[in-house]
Amino acid sequence: MLNPAYLRGAGNTRFGRIEGSTPLTLMAAATDAALADAGLARADIDGVLCGYATTLPHLMLATRFCEYASLDPAYAHGVASGGATGGVMAMLARELVRAGRCRHVLVVAGENRLSGQSRDQSIQTLAQVGEPEMEVPNGASVPAYYALLASRYLFETGLRADDLSGFAVLMREHAAGHPDAHLREPMTPEAARAARPIASPLRLSDCCPISDGAVAVVISAEPGGGRPVRITGAGQAHRHQHLSTLDSVLATGAADAARRALGEAGSTVAEVDYLAIYDSFTITLAMLLEELGVAGRGESPGRLAAGDFGRHGALPLNTHGGLLAFGHSGVAGGLMHLAEAGRQLAGKAGARQLPPRRRALFHADGGVLSSHVSLVLEAQ
Amino acid sequence: MTTDQADHPYQSGLDAGVVRYQACDDCGAWQPLQRHACRACGGTRLGWRDAAGTATIHSVTEVARAPTDAFRALAPYTLVLATLDEGPRVMAHAEPGVAIGERVRAGFLRHGERTLLRFLRE
Repeated sequence: MLNPAYLRGAGNTRFGRIEGSTPLTLMAAATDAALADAGLARADIDGVLCGYATTLPHLMLATRFCEYASLDPAYAHGVASGGATGGVMAMLARELVRAGRCRHVLVVAGENRLSGQSRDQSIQTLAQVGEPEMEVPNGASVPAYYALLASRYLFETGLRADDLSGFAVLMREHAAGHPDAHLREPMTPEAARAARPIASPLRLSDCCPISDGAVAVVISAEPGGGRPVRITGAGQAHRHQHLSTLDSVLATGAADAARRALGEAGSTVAEVDYLAIYDSFTITLAMLLEELGVAGRGESPGRLAAGDFGRHGALPLNTHGGLLAFGHSGVAGGLMHLAEAGRQLAGKAGARQLPPRRRALFHADGGVLSSHVSLVLEAQ
Repeated sequence: MTTDQADHPYQSGLDAGVVRYQACDDCGAWQPLQRHACRACGGTRLGWRDAAGTATIHSVTEVARAPTDAFRALAPYTLVLATLDEGPRVMAHAEPGVAIGERVRAGFLRHGERTLLRFLRE
C-alpha cells in the first residue's frame, strides 16, 4: 500500500549576483524558507536529497549540508543528473514517501555559479558535458551544442530562428512579476532579435543567464497549508548522453518520460492547465513543448503568439520567468519550475497567482536533452 | 580530465589523416562515438575501422563565442554534425557556408597539439 506524496512547501533565495554567497549558505537560506512554508521544524526532516554544485565539488555534499544546516535525516545523499536533477530528486523523494521510508523529504540545491567563478570557467566547465575525445576537442560549448540541435530542428520543422525569440520575451514578462528573478527588465522582440550572436542560429537572448541562487522543496506524506498538491505521476528517460549519439531531434527521450508520468497519473497532456518546462535555451523550450505534444511540430511559436502560454492563456508557462529570465544557478534553476508549479496549484503564488490550476506538467532535461524527467502535479 | 590522446583510436586516426569509427565484430553494426557493448546485439567485441571520409551535413552552426583562448583565435568557426556514409555521426569543423544535406569529405586541420577533423565540400 503506497502513501500519497505531497509537495508541501517551497523556498528560494533571489537569483542573480549574491556576493559572498556559497552553495552552503544559499541552500541553507532556501531550506529555512521551505521549512517555514511547509510548517515544519528542522527535526521533522527525515530525508535529504541534495543537488551537486560545480563551485563546491564534494564527495558527500548532502551529508556536508546536513551538518551545516543541523539536519539529522534517516536517509540522505547527493543526486547528479545534469539539469534534470531537481525533478529527479523530487521523483525519488516521492518514492521514499510512498514507500514509507521517509515522512518529510527535503529536496535542495544551490550554487554561487555567477559570483563563485568567472564566466569563462563556467562555460569551460559546462562544455565538458560533451564527449571528451570526440566532441570537446572541436572547441564546442553548451550553446554550440544547442545551436547544432537548433540548426537541425529548424530544418526538420520549418521553424525560423526569429520564431524562437518570442519565448525569451515571454519569460522576461513573467520574471517582471517575480521580485526574486535575475532578469526582470522587459525585452522587446526587436531587442531579442538584435542580440549578439553566440552560435548560429542562437543569439544571447536565446540563452539563459548564469546566476547565484538556491531552491528547496519539501515532499511529505501529509499536505501542509493551502490546497494540497499531490505528485500523481513521474517518469524518466535516458536514451543518450552526447549530441553525436542522438539519432533524431524529434525523439530525445522527452516523450518517453512524459508518457510514463502521464500514464501513471492516468492523465493526458490535454488535461494539463499549467506548464513547468525546462528552458535552458529558447530552442530547448520549443523542442520540449512540441515533443511533449503541447503543440504540433513547428507550431509552438503559433501557440505562443496566440497567447496560450501567457498568464491569461490556456496553458500558463513558467510564470516565474523560467531559466531564461528567473535565472539558472545549476540544479536549483530547474527546481524553481517545480516550486512555482506547486505554488500556483496551492494558491500560494501571491501577486503572480493565476485562477485556480488543477493539473501541472513539469519537465526537465539535463545535458543536451539527454536525461529527462516528467512529473504530474494535481491540486486536491 | 587528462587522456593520452595518442592512445585514443579516433584521435590517433585524425593524426594519421583518417576518420575512424567503432563497429561490432560480431554483428557488424556501427556504433556512435565509443561503446563498451554493441547497441544492436549487446556483444562486447568492438573494433575500430577506417571510414572513407565522405559524409552528409546533419546540422551546422557558426560559433561566434569560443570557450577557450585557443579557439578564440579561430573564431568565428563553423561546427557541424555530419553523418558518415558508414552510419555514425561525428562532430567536426567545416568550411564556412556548408548547408544541411550537403555532401562533404574529411579534411584535417592541425590546431595546437591536436588534429581536428574539418569537412570540405565534395
